[in-house]
Amino acid sequence: MSATIRLQREDFDVAAEVGRLTHGRSDIGAVVTFTGVCRGDEAGEPIAALTLEHYPEMARAEIARHVEEAQGRWPLLGVTVIHRYGRLLPGDNIVLVVTASAHREAAFAAAEFLMDYLKTRAPFWKKVERASGAVWVEAKASDDAAALRWRPAGRDAAE
Amino acid sequence: MKLVYFAWVRERIGKAEEDISPPTSVVTVADLIAWLSQRGEEYAHAFENPKVIRAAIDRNHARPDSPIANAGEIAFFPPMTGG
Repeated sequence: MSATIRLQREDFDVAAEVGRLTHGRSDIGAVVTFTGVCRGDEAGEPIAALTLEHYPEMARAEIARHVEEAQGRWPLLGVTVIHRYGRLLPGDNIVLVVTASAHREAAFAAAEFLMDYLKTRAPFWKKVERASGAVWVEAKASDDAAALRWRPAGRDAAE
Repeated sequence: MKLVYFAWVRERIGKAEEDISPPTSVVTVADLIAWLSQRGEEYAHAFENPKVIRAAIDRNHARPDSPIANAGEIAFFPPMTGG
């Protein structure tokens, strides 16, 4: 299975990334893409920009670990994860997850699994620029809950 | 060992990384946080609420009771907000 992980400042082209996964193949029957986009507000206040800080070596390793776990859980034929860093403006792309499989169930589930883990386990941090000053975005309990539902009952979230 | 800091932990401490040699009594991640907190106001500020501090040992998520012996690089950062 082909897995591509990229951390980059530059934008990405969703159609080109899908094409990269499917080109020349006839075994893929489903491709799911998720694109995370920079909103123009945070916690009800307008923002001018968003800066993403990351821990490059760990981010790459952590995403790779979760791609590997997704491959073990679902019959995937291709995965691409691209996460941007640096200063982004409202409307800019932030993150892309593409999953390919023979059938849609695996592709949908794996894309959602990867996004839930990216949000809570991949070492990225968002700082937003607002009229009242720049602040770090606080982690949401709802994101932790979303990631936890993929865990077997009783297993510790920090493991 | 090398310490690296990210986001507001980095901002409060005022540096992105440093090399340290903690005493042998510092055994776990929680011990290291307590030891660092004594090093000055900026550290005390960064680690004032240890519950919201996340740690990684050699690029793997760690827990407060994780042993730091043999660690090459330990990272401290707030809960992650990527995606």
